[in-house]
Amino acid sequence: MFKERLTSLIAITLVGLVLTGCAGKKTPPPAPSEDNTSTQTTAPAEAAALADFGADGQPIDPRTGGPLNRTFYFDYDRSDVNPSDIAVLEIHAQLLNRNTGKSVVIEGHCDERGTREYNLALGERRANAIKSFLTAAGVAASQIESVSYGEERPENPGHDESAWSRNRRAIVTYR
Amino acid sequence: MDRQFFIRVIACVALFITASLQAASLETIVIDRGGVNQIKIGVVPMKMDPSLATMVDPSDIVSNDLRFSGQFAPISRDNMLSMPSSPAEIIARDWRILGAEYVVIGSAMREPTGQVSVTFHLYDVPGQKQVMMQKVSGRADQWRDIAHRVSDLVYEKITGVRGAFSTRIAYVLVQNAGTSRARYAIELSDMDGERPRTVYSSTEPLMSVSWSPDGRRLAYVSFETQRPSIVIQDVRTLARERIASFSGINSAPQFSPDGRQLAMVLSRDGNPEIYLMNLADRTLRRLTRNPAIDTEPAWAPDGRRLIFTSDRGGKPQIYGLELATNLEERLTFHGDYNARARMLDDGNLVFVHRSAGIFHIAWQDMRRDRVVVLTRTNLDESPSVAPNGAMLMYATQARGKGVLGVVSIDGSVKYELPSSSGDVREPAWSPFLDPLSGR
Repeated sequence: MFKERLTSLIAITLVGLVLTGCAGKKTPPPAPSEDNTSTQTTAPAEAAALADFGADGQPIDPRTGGPLNRTFYFDYDRSDVNPSDIAVLEIHAQLLNRNTGKSVVIEGHCDERGTREYNLALGERRANAIKSFLTAAGVAASQIESVSYGEERPENPGHDESAWSRNRRAIVTYR
Repeated sequence: MDRQFFIRVIACVALFITASLQAASLETIVIDRGGVNQIKIGVVPMKMDPSLATMVDPSDIVSNDLRFSGQFAPISRDNMLSMPSSPAEIIARDWRILGAEYVVIGSAMREPTGQVSVTFHLYDVPGQKQVMMQKVSGRADQWRDIAHRVSDLVYEKITGVRGAFSTRIAYVLVQNAGTSRARYAIELSDMDGERPRTVYSSTEPLMSVSWSPDGRRLAYVSFETQRPSIVIQDVRTLARERIASFSGINSAPQFSPDGRQLAMVLSRDGNPEIYLMNLADRTLRRLTRNPAIDTEPAWAPDGRRLIFTSDRGGKPQIYGLELATNLEERLTFHGDYNARARMLDDGNLVFVHRSAGIFHIAWQDMRRDRVVVLTRTNLDESPSVAPNGAMLMYATQARGKGVLGVVSIDGSVKYELPSSSGDVREPAWSPFLDPLSGR
């Protein structure tokens, strides 16, 4: 019990430091509680969870206070993580490391070009690319489930590049 | 080229007035009639028993079937000079003038047993003789089955190839595709798109339908558990059983020609690999070991070999796998995207082929190493061959909607089967069936 709390406290402090580093802002690290005395009596993990997630159970972006981006787009026929998504994925990794009771489902999706079964496999590759990033950042594999929908659930039902670019995606959903 | 692409005629309007009343029926649009070496045939309106006056004239169904095959050019009823219903009434000259090689005549009766029957005669015009006479009977609700059986018999007598008009197609119908109200269904209809019925429907995606070789069961992929799993469903009782729901992908089911095994794709060991499931005891045998995507297995007709798609060479290509030795061999070399192949009885392949960014259905002659593109639309996929090897059905896009395309195996005749109720995709042509004897 005590060991868990200690670990959580260390994690929160570390994450706080990393976050300020990443965001490049000089704002103080997010305080889990207003005064230090109560930090030791109330469960710090709970306090962190309140700050990390919105009413819908999905994560809050500590940089903006709004919802944290959970959709990541891919290039045609590719399954490598876009470099511009790395900063947000690092925040997801920190959230999951800090809230080990939380888990995510990563959905992988494709555009309609190519065969359905091949796209099912490609969608899994995309979901797994996000999963690999998170596990490399320390997230337990048991917190992550990946599922491919291939081309079966497009975000945009159109048949042109603007639709296709919206459909090649992975979505991270917390539960 | 342009002519082939743009000649669009609504086929057989009279027949499809009835079809259009059923919202879910697939319509037929002729894209290209081909025109070379088609056999001219007169299918004469049949003499109908007054109690059958409300039924579709079987000659409409027979005529449409034969046209659908691409090998026949049925003579329009308006051009017929006489309409015999018994052999004695046939005036050979009336048909010679029209260039007809054959004439089909007949009558429909109600039997004392309550059954209905069609008695037909096939007449050889140049030979001036009757070459076939047969009575086909069944229950009143098997009316279309009776007519399709007549088509099968006429087709086989003339071409020497077994007719495939008594077959069915299974396909996926999606309503409100790409919206939060999307509804997916596994549908089953006659080969001509008539008499559709829903086998299973879900708000979660359904895909990859395939038939058992006895035509009694379908295997498909369902996301009903929020993950892809493989379901086998009995076509008659509609009883369903989920037979593979391992972690990761469970997909691309294909029954072996003897019906005892199911080839499938599982990613439970990390990435998509081809497996065989013994359906009697559900044991699995893993066939591929490769960090690449291995998927879309299909059986060689002898059941000794599988073909599948793999991107182990960087791009998706078709590979063959000998079951006795596990030896793998690459089969396609033309183009940078060849996938979801099906093997014909003669060992040749049909598959999805990308050229210049456009997806077509192509046919590969294995002996001559030649690839022929059969379709001219875009986003063509899921080729499925009729059990007699004469026609091929596939999924494509037309007017922004998913429709089924039909093409003769030589690429000369093309049809579309759209549905008014949604996007149609992933056709699977059944094996030979015999609905009149309960199959």
